[in-house]
Amino acid sequence: MIELENVTKSFGRQRAVDRVTSRFEPGRTHVLLGSSGCGKSTILRLILGLLRPDSGEIRVDGVLMGPATRSKLLGKMGYVVQEGGLYPHLTACQNVTLGAEAQRWPPEQTRERVQVLAEMVGFHDGILGRFPNELSGGQRQRVGLMRALMLDPPLLLLDEPLAALDPLVRSDLQKQLKEIFIALSKTVLLVTHDIREAVILGETITLMTAGRVVQQGTFSDLAHRPSTAFVTEFLNAQKPPPEIQEQL
Amino acid sequence: MAPNACRPSSSKRGRAGSVRTHLTLTLLLLAGCVIRAGWAAPESVVRVGSKSFTESYILGEIIARIIEQSGETKVNRRLGLGGTGITYRAIANGDIDIYPEYTGTITRAILQDPSVQTVEEIRRSLKANGLTIGDPLGFNNTYALAVRREMATRLELNAISDLGRHPGLTGAFSAGFLERDDGWPGLSRHYGLKLAEVRLIEHALVYEALAQGKVDVIDVFSTDGKIDRLDLQILRDDRGFFPSYEAVLLVREDFIARFPATWQALQRTLAGRIDHREMAHLNALADLEGKGLAEVGAAFLGQSTSSPDLQTEWQGTPLLEEILVLSVDHLYLVILALAAAAGLGIPMGIAAARFERLAQLELMSIGVLQTIPSLALLCFMIPLFGIGKLPALVALFLYALLPIVRNTYTGMISLDRRLREIAIVLGLNAWQRLLRIELPLASMHIMAGVKTSAVFTVGTATLAAFIGGGGYGTLIVRGLALDDLSTILAGAVPAALMAMVMHGLFEVTDRFVIPRGLRKDLGRSI
Repeated sequence: MIELENVTKSFGRQRAVDRVTSRFEPGRTHVLLGSSGCGKSTILRLILGLLRPDSGEIRVDGVLMGPATRSKLLGKMGYVVQEGGLYPHLTACQNVTLGAEAQRWPPEQTRERVQVLAEMVGFHDGILGRFPNELSGGQRQRVGLMRALMLDPPLLLLDEPLAALDPLVRSDLQKQLKEIFIALSKTVLLVTHDIREAVILGETITLMTAGRVVQQGTFSDLAHRPSTAFVTEFLNAQKPPPEIQEQL
Repeated sequence: MAPNACRPSSSKRGRAGSVRTHLTLTLLLLAGCVIRAGWAAPESVVRVGSKSFTESYILGEIIARIIEQSGETKVNRRLGLGGTGITYRAIANGDIDIYPEYTGTITRAILQDPSVQTVEEIRRSLKANGLTIGDPLGFNNTYALAVRREMATRLELNAISDLGRHPGLTGAFSAGFLERDDGWPGLSRHYGLKLAEVRLIEHALVYEALAQGKVDVIDVFSTDGKIDRLDLQILRDDRGFFPSYEAVLLVREDFIARFPATWQALQRTLAGRIDHREMAHLNALADLEGKGLAEVGAAFLGQSTSSPDLQTEWQGTPLLEEILVLSVDHLYLVILALAAAAGLGIPMGIAAARFERLAQLELMSIGVLQTIPSLALLCFMIPLFGIGKLPALVALFLYALLPIVRNTYTGMISLDRRLREIAIVLGLNAWQRLLRIELPLASMHIMAGVKTSAVFTVGTATLAAFIGGGGYGTLIVRGLALDDLSTILAGAVPAALMAMVMHGLFEVTDRFVIPRGLRKDLGRSI
């Protein structure tokens, strides 16, 4: 469970997150939706304790995020970013096992866990020995996911994980992610600007603009009971225009 | 190290690791050898020094040859050390055992006591420092006035006082002579002289001006090789104005005690045996006829100059051998200075990247160091560290710092923010993040800084010779003093080669230091 209570964060004069209050229930997949610059990535970094809010409180499983609690709370969270955010100087496998290395896992345990995760994302032998620049975009993203899941954290935070991929790979990965999220039953918080992705993956959708939450609910809530005109406008923006839809 | 979980059993990486170990060991061994070579000075060797001008080089070479001939001990030539301050400090510290000096210099510059006059008085004053001087060699290298011989004969000019009879003559003097009280101002007062016109002229052009009849009287050094060549007449200092700069051997007393027979031979062969014409002749051989030091030295001692090996011989040591010795010297300076600069510079760069205020202070002060001209910095080192390798090392170290610190700093602050944050989320502690993530990611920047410093240091290290630090600069300084291009090149070309080899070595080192994944990125982006 992740709770934000009246959280505000500014960068200079720019107010990135503006008095956001929100709850993300455990065991479900939540999507933070919005155009770029609306503050959704900042919310992830606030939850991870990488930024300190100017005001307001963030609680993870009831514990207030702060300098004293950060490292303990981070143990519960996995983090995936666009393009995987892999370390170019480490092989895929070394990237995946960094967290286990920091925790001084015995090699046997590490190897078993890597195997489980590789099977889950559908990697055959050999791929993990490669360096990030020897992998395709989709493979890099899967490695990033494996790394975030290595220590089996109950919370998974993903920041535009599929944004840099071409449409076919993207669609593939969306399906795969959905299966994984369902199978693992983790609390997932995924940031995207893509409505289709939000619809496919999100059990709840939190729509943001200009640092504020506009509406939080299921897609059906947003589509049929929009809280403001902006919600409808945003949802329609990515649909093909009606005349083309007819041709299709 | 990566956990074993990531290591395939048929390990390519394992081999890479062992290559790395070998390389490290080899480098350590190499450094060890270099350090030994640099410090070790066998006891039974006499070190002969000289200053860095032709006459001093020639006398140093002659001294060295006489010692070699006597057969009592081997000789290590440390010629061309620089000026009086450096050379005297070298002999006082025991870095050299003997070098040619002038009585006037000893009393004025070294003892700084003009009341000390005679050879006996000088010996008494030097005794406190464990030094003494031999009997004067027979010539007095001092300021003198010279005129064209043709004019001297025509106007019956023999002594300086004779100028008083010809007030219509014109003079051209170098800046030093024109301004110093022991130069023209004092001289004209002492003799009550007046010339029709006195002009300031660059010393190198004085002779030309006189030879072409543009002026009538010039200042010279009494043993200058050009005096004979241009058929000039030196005017006798008949009223004893110029201080005496008698050439003598300045020597450590323990050298005389250890090698009495050699000292006897030096005294016998040199004391009273070189007059100013002889010295001017020897200077002319080197300066005007382009003879090597070995040849000039051999000529004076009546040794065979036609021996075939003289072509390849350089002041007693074959040139190739000397270059090898100097290479070890040079490499020693470069490697040690660079290792120290990397050892301190990389942590400084990291610290600067962590603390923005420290960064400004740090980069600014190291930048200021860089603006000090290298020679000036070397001079600043002398009061602190004496002469020889140590001050040279410190100066080179200071110069090598900036590129390393700056590049490390740049590398560290330009790391991708997301990559740094992910390491935090993954639970790596500060040390793990630094060693496992940040330094490897910054390694290309850091290595680029080290490379820049390495190539710079190879070049700057040639200046070490000015303070007796050895290295290729020894040949360059000597070549400059003797106006001998081939000697300059004998130092400059190997230095350039070393810079190239250094560059190549670092390209290879990159393969071990910069992680493979990053190198491929580089390959792609180019």
